[in-house]
Amino acid sequence: MSDLQSQDYIRRSASTMTPPSARNHEEEVAKLIDVSRCIGCKACQSACMEWNDLRPEIGHFEGSYQNPADLGPSVWTLMKFAEYENEQGNLEWLIRKDGCMHCEDPGCLKACPARGAIVQYANGIVDFISDKCIGCGYCVKGCPFDIPRISKTDHKSYKCTLCSDRVSVGLEPACVKACPTGAIMFGSKTDMKHWAGERIDELKSRGFDKAGLYDPQEVGGTHVMYVLHHADKPSLYSGLPDKPRISPVVSAWKGVIKPLALIGIGLAALAGFFHSVTVGPNEVTEEDEVEGERALREKENTP
Amino acid sequence: MTNTWQDIKNANLVIVMGGNAAEAHPCGFKWVIEAKIENGAKLVVVDPRFTRTASVADYYAPIRPGTDIAFLNGLIRYLLEKDAIQHEYVRAYTNAGLIVKDGFAFNEGLFSGYNEEKHSYDKSSWDYEFDQDGFAKSDDTWQNPRCVINLLKEHVSRYTPDMVSRICGTPQDKYLHICELVAATAAPDKAMTSLFALGWTQHSVGAQNIRTMAMIQLLLGNIGVAGGGMNALRGHSNIQGLTDIGLLSNLMPGYLNLPNEKETSFDEYMKTKLYKPLRPGQTSYWQNYRKFVVSLQKAIYGDAATQDNNWAYDWLPKLDVPLYDIIKAFEMMNSGQINGYICQGFNPLQAFPDRGKIRRGLSKLKFLVTMDPLDTETSRFWQDFGPQNPAKSAEIQTEVFQLPTTCFAEENGSLVNSARWLQWHWKAADGPGQAMSDIWIMTGLFHRLRDLYRKEGGAFADPLLNLTWKYTDPNNPDPEELSKEMNGRALADLTDATSGAVTKGGTLLDGFAQLRDDGTTASGCWIFAGSFTEKGNQMARRDATDPREQGIAPNWAWAWPANRRILYNRASADPDGKPWNPAKPIISWNGMRWVGIDVPDYGPTVKPSDGVGPFIMNAEGLGRLFARDQMADGPFPEHYEPMESPAANVLHPKVSANPVARVFSDDRAAFGTPEHFPYVATTYRLTEHFHYWTKHALINAILQPEEFIEIGEVLAKEKGIEQGGWVKVSSKRGEVVCKAYVTKRIKPLAVDGKPTHVIGVPIHWGFTGQARKGYGANTLTPSVGDANTQTPEFKAFLVNVEKTTAPAA
Repeated sequence: MSDLQSQDYIRRSASTMTPPSARNHEEEVAKLIDVSRCIGCKACQSACMEWNDLRPEIGHFEGSYQNPADLGPSVWTLMKFAEYENEQGNLEWLIRKDGCMHCEDPGCLKACPARGAIVQYANGIVDFISDKCIGCGYCVKGCPFDIPRISKTDHKSYKCTLCSDRVSVGLEPACVKACPTGAIMFGSKTDMKHWAGERIDELKSRGFDKAGLYDPQEVGGTHVMYVLHHADKPSLYSGLPDKPRISPVVSAWKGVIKPLALIGIGLAALAGFFHSVTVGPNEVTEEDEVEGERALREKENTP
Repeated sequence: MTNTWQDIKNANLVIVMGGNAAEAHPCGFKWVIEAKIENGAKLVVVDPRFTRTASVADYYAPIRPGTDIAFLNGLIRYLLEKDAIQHEYVRAYTNAGLIVKDGFAFNEGLFSGYNEEKHSYDKSSWDYEFDQDGFAKSDDTWQNPRCVINLLKEHVSRYTPDMVSRICGTPQDKYLHICELVAATAAPDKAMTSLFALGWTQHSVGAQNIRTMAMIQLLLGNIGVAGGGMNALRGHSNIQGLTDIGLLSNLMPGYLNLPNEKETSFDEYMKTKLYKPLRPGQTSYWQNYRKFVVSLQKAIYGDAATQDNNWAYDWLPKLDVPLYDIIKAFEMMNSGQINGYICQGFNPLQAFPDRGKIRRGLSKLKFLVTMDPLDTETSRFWQDFGPQNPAKSAEIQTEVFQLPTTCFAEENGSLVNSARWLQWHWKAADGPGQAMSDIWIMTGLFHRLRDLYRKEGGAFADPLLNLTWKYTDPNNPDPEELSKEMNGRALADLTDATSGAVTKGGTLLDGFAQLRDDGTTASGCWIFAGSFTEKGNQMARRDATDPREQGIAPNWAWAWPANRRILYNRASADPDGKPWNPAKPIISWNGMRWVGIDVPDYGPTVKPSDGVGPFIMNAEGLGRLFARDQMADGPFPEHYEPMESPAANVLHPKVSANPVARVFSDDRAAFGTPEHFPYVATTYRLTEHFHYWTKHALINAILQPEEFIEIGEVLAKEKGIEQGGWVKVSSKRGEVVCKAYVTKRIKPLAVDGKPTHVIGVPIHWGFTGQARKGYGANTLTPSVGDANTQTPEFKAFLVNVEKTTAPAA
């Protein structure tokens, strides 16, 4: 889904090669979602569908304002609504726009066995390069936020691109442009953190003592951040992970394989064993296909 | 709106009651967020449901649907008891000190003058005491017990916090906390803005709901000031324009009354419209009424309207009943008195109460013409769509003509927004298929009708034959030409009495101050005068410059009246002309004239010492805490139960509901009782949809695909209703089978000690369009109208709810 070029990459899945670095002046960007000024109007969802030409099926009412029912290959962002009764017995309706967090240390990219199918740009955006995707579903497993979804039509993985095509030409993501209350902001990560600080101070002055920024360090920070009234309990917001962790399996692969790779090519047999799941082959093997099918079936069977 | 969307940011307190601004007006709601962030404002929401507006509020309190007046009268009582009013403002700018006639009284739920047979009031006692010069008597010391303020105090004395809580079901501590927040805005430099919409209008006491808050705003000194006002958030892009241009059965453009049949001559008509000032030296701007009417007649009839024929007064229709509102129109269709219907830009089968009655009425017509960009339910009323529209086509003889029209983006024109701005829009695309503009269709109809009258004659052809029709393309008048006509022109050279400046005959007028009653001016809508002048199309202006960054950009589009952005802005300054709130001034007196960021709502050179009141449209120059004869149901607001209510009125059980509400006898027979329909229902919009339009749009259909109702956890448990499970909701008039949203956002309310459950019914689904088929909320709603506006009572009625199984696919 990208209009950016390889010079912008700082990381590529299944590759230890350093990407070209002709461009060295890119600033890290971030989207800041201030849930305290979000009214759950879904303008972001419709803008996302409009800009990216996504049209999921017309679904059903399923007991919530959350529609479509889940993220999907053509649902890249989704308003999630949580009814929460606080300690004082007062109701709070916590509404959170869900979607890819664009982790600094992206679990999907780490897990992806297809070379260059997942990339990270110097501005921090994590993007799926669809024509390289093998549909194995490892990114789904690797994501600590349960974001990517595999299409049943083309067996490729999809998620929010942070409108990398818009950002690359100096525009803000479509959801940011559409948001009527300014609850979604976009800019350099430094500026967004600064602005978040002001918002948090204001929320504290209104009695939200635990207001804070969600920029979880467990994944090296994220390029989509939230201002939360209850930063001490992110999970209140429809299960936003309190401590997002990349699956230990994925971490282990990386942790084990890197030293192994350094030990040398002499251990070819061993390396070969890990090859398909870590560094990745140049070509898709049969095992990859089988594994991909399995992951896909698993995903499909998940309600 | 008295103020503007942008001005909301100046508020210290935003109260959303009788509306759901975040969901129904998400774009405008940005200014509430701005007020919170930039001005430290607090947001208070009072609503039967915890809405998306409530989700960003600082304070929320629940209320039983249809009891807002009890809440607000209690609030008035609180303000008066705690003396939390802005004294100087109330004394100088309201009728608090005027003395009310001896005959006026209120007993057991009825004001003086009630006629039980006619269900209406003789309002002659609802007035001031007058002196020999015809001026209202006053007591500035407020000692006289017949002073408005003292009568008001007495009237609201019954609304104790305990009583408010008993009626509304609002927990007393929450109610009192809100009273406290509101009272704080009585300080001269503090303002509260009231944001409301159909949550207040769609009641049998709708107009009084709004009036009660307007009285509170007067007592607090919050009218005319930055960040204050009564702000009706319009639910339709051009509904403000609809009323402005007089698309109501009893009005003409610019809020001029259509004559009634007793007003057989122009002089007779004008007799009740002289608006003699009721206090010495007051402006009483409606004294210019005759100029507005004559200029309107000149716009309609041109040269054919002359002094000799009383400006063609005889050609105006005369009402034989107070009005022909939509409830009446469908009553007449059902009884066979109306047999043809041109339905332009309206979908009554979805939008009007008691859907069954609407369908029966349409089925009795000889012909129905629909003009709409969409394939509306009304156009298809005759077609069997299953349980959602069980029509028996073979039995329906109505001939239906479906004329597709262009929509706003396919034509040039203007829309009037909530803040009274006339904003020009430009055509972006051609309409699809055979769609034609409404102007083209109506013009074609006019020419054919006129030709028929010319050829064949007919009863009373004059009004049609004499219509002036001087457009460049007589078959398709240009929107700019129509706008110029509404603005108005000089028909002869006009010399200004004071300045001596001459306006050449034929030129466009600069404003309504130039209008004459001698036939030398024409203006199709006097309040629009100034919108399209010799300087060009003022509505097309797009200069966002806001000199004080206070939410007033005078060169962005054009606001009626006279490009004034904040109504009653004279009241933003004290009697000496100094702004109450120096940090946010609007206009002030500089010793010579009124200056500031807005067009003064006042004579520009009228000295403060002249004692002219700021409410120049009122004959006494004052804001009215006592409404005289202006309301059908009382000069003070009173709590009446909704027509269908779970409980009798605890204040006066014999007069439980509004005694002068709009009810036809067959509709009364279709009211349910709490015995069979024990739950209170209320209808509303969701942010994902706009009425019944956006279900035709794929993206909106994806975002909110299917009909559902909202039900609290307690009642759901009692009834065995599961989250997302199927329910049957029924009223005396019909039933809806849909899914249930079991939610914590609706809690049972303790009303007079009894738990009362509220059912929420979103309105959006019908049987045409992309979203899943639905029955429509109006299947359930009662056909009863507000006593003043005839707006249907969609916001409070009775239903039953039962668990059911999924319908067969």
